[in-house]
Amino acid sequence: MTDKILTVRMDAHPSDSHTLSRYLDTGGYEALTKALNDMSKEDIIEEVKASNLRGRGGAGFPMGVKWGFLAPAEPRYLVVNCDESEPGTFNDRQLTERDPHQLLEGIIISSYALGVSHAFVYIRGEYPKSARRLQRAVEEAYDAGYLGQDIRGTEFSLDVTLHLGGGAYICGEETALLNSLEGRRGEPRLKPPFPAVEGLYAKPTIVNNVESISNVPWIMTNGGTAYAAIGPERSAGTKMLSISGHIARPGNHEIVMGMTWRELIFDIGGGIPDGKALKAWIPGGASAPWFVPDEHLDTIVSIDDVAANGSMIGAGAVVVMDETTNVVAAAHRIVRFFAHESCGQCTPCREGTSWLEAVLKRILDGNGRPEDIDLMLDISDNISPGLKWPPAMTTICPLGPSTVSPITSITRWFRPELEAMIAGSEGPVG
Amino acid sequence: MMSVISHWSLENQERARSILASYPVKRSALMPLLYVASLEHEYASLEAMCEVAELIDITPVQVQSVATFYTMFKREKIGDYLISVCTSISCHLNGADEVLAAVEEASGVASGETTDDGSVSVEHVECIGACGGAPAVQVNYELIEGITLDKAEALIDWLRDTKPTVLLADEMQQLFGGQRSFDWGSTEPQGATRPVPAFGPYGSTNGSARGGR
Ligand SMILES: Cc1cc2nc3c(=O)[nH]c(=O)nc-3n(C[C@H](O)[C@H](O)[C@H](O)COP(=O)(O)O)c2cc1C
Ligand code: SF4
Ligand code: FES
Repeated sequence: MTDKILTVRMDAHPSDSHTLSRYLDTGGYEALTKALNDMSKEDIIEEVKASNLRGRGGAGFPMGVKWGFLAPAEPRYLVVNCDESEPGTFNDRQLTERDPHQLLEGIIISSYALGVSHAFVYIRGEYPKSARRLQRAVEEAYDAGYLGQDIRGTEFSLDVTLHLGGGAYICGEETALLNSLEGRRGEPRLKPPFPAVEGLYAKPTIVNNVESISNVPWIMTNGGTAYAAIGPERSAGTKMLSISGHIARPGNHEIVMGMTWRELIFDIGGGIPDGKALKAWIPGGASAPWFVPDEHLDTIVSIDDVAANGSMIGAGAVVVMDETTNVVAAAHRIVRFFAHESCGQCTPCREGTSWLEAVLKRILDGNGRPEDIDLMLDISDNISPGLKWPPAMTTICPLGPSTVSPITSITRWFRPELEAMIAGSEGPVG
Repeated sequence: MMSVISHWSLENQERARSILASYPVKRSALMPLLYVASLEHEYASLEAMCEVAELIDITPVQVQSVATFYTMFKREKIGDYLISVCTSISCHLNGADEVLAAVEEASGVASGETTDDGSVSVEHVECIGACGGAPAVQVNYELIEGITLDKAEALIDWLRDTKPTVLLADEMQQLFGGQRSFDWGSTEPQGATRPVPAFGPYGSTNGSARGGR
């Protein structure tokens, strides 16, 4: 049974997995040849649908279904999302630095299937090495005739442009990304219209994540059904999980979902360093509600099981906290992030995030007030009414509601600690 | 249109030309051009923004409105070496606040400031995608993972003493780094010469990379 797809080449050939020559002699661009010569565009889309691959950028939307929504107007665009800025996430960085041709082959096949002749990769500005490695791969691909006019003797032509961001997390949200790529402020757009109908330059556009597209060559070679057979039913395929924080073996681990969190943290992650106890972990990046050992160690690592337990796998960032962690400080750090990254369009997000940050800060500084817990929950309720999961939205995009996750997590799981910190605040402040 | 940048270096004029040719709609070239203009003017100055505006046929105010949205366009002159210390969650859990304090102490300036001699600027930033190698810092956006307090001090001394013209991530990682997020594979010949992302088509990289398409 296949248990690794994306990291096979880089593991086997650490010194040159990013080069065209290594890519070619490990089967690279054979999937493209197959797609161009033996498959119709509809066949390719059918294989992607059959794979049941759910988008790896965070929302988990089935890739083939999204492709099916692409409107017929011309021109159409493919935009690959390499903005990867969710704290805790670093798997797209590895995929682009270590196997850029795998992504590029995925882009070429996808563009062919979708009728795209100009594709873009939006790379966060803080990833210059990813950009350099991809640029080199693009140049190699042009020289070898995998990009440009009449690719491999067909009538299919494709250009790929790499575009660097300017240090704004919100540009990972697909419509903010499109605005940014158009040379505008990275402010999310109201949906609908969805990008598949009106995206880049108001033309039909597919936005997919780096990891999602990197799977396409394997799916063409082995078939969608083979991909769907890997892992639990609604979490098909492999997933790159970025594990960080207080963990013995931090890093990206390409896994097949379906194991328990206990196995993930203690077997794959090697457990907590220095014999310390596990206190909490974030299963899917800064936006996700936290899990705790008493409740969730035997929960299954899958998109649906995590969602059923009130959180999300998101882009696959697992952040582990040991018993020494000051959870209020950790929550503050995450809320501060969202306050800093709010684009400012929606009042509940713009005002609420900074307000939550300020309340957490005063608690940390020893100036907390007894009513602060209710106050934080009240502010949170204004951002995301009912504090439900998945969150209700009063805002244009989910960034605002994401800020609520650390608040509900600490008030739910660590209330005594929070109360003790506030109680200790009374009297002279040290 | 191109005459507005006739005082730019020939290399940067060529970069601007190929950037403009890479997009079906020229306004898309705004951010790439602003990076190149920041190389010419040392930062995203008013003059830089006016030139970019003319290149893509929009008003300077429109360029400014975009530039102010993004933290990586510096609207004041900064040091030759921009040290960005990640203080987001995973780095925070692994001692990032102490690393920031050590960098501030060794450089003599607080986050957000530049040393008097114009050599070093310090900033604290949100996650830079190196959480598996926390705590992490970047110098002119080239990465060092798994830095320690001692090594953070040594890094500042090294920058001041050797004044490297090109910052190579592999070299800095070797000298000052530790735990990495993943195996970096083979070394990378290119690095940063200025506090602008070292990306050949529009960044401050050594060695010649061809333009974008
Ligand atoms: C605030 C916010 C930030 C996001 N950041 C990213 C990101 O960095 N990378 C990414 O691929 N998707 C990100 N997304 C999800 C994208 O909007 C989009 O769903 C995704 O790129 C689609 O690709 P996929 O279907 O292949 O996952 C973000 C969403 C939100 C709301
Ligand atoms: S929720 Fe926040 S980040 Fe999203 S559009 Fe509204 S203000 Fe901007
Ligand atoms: S939290 Fe510091 S690199 Fe991600």
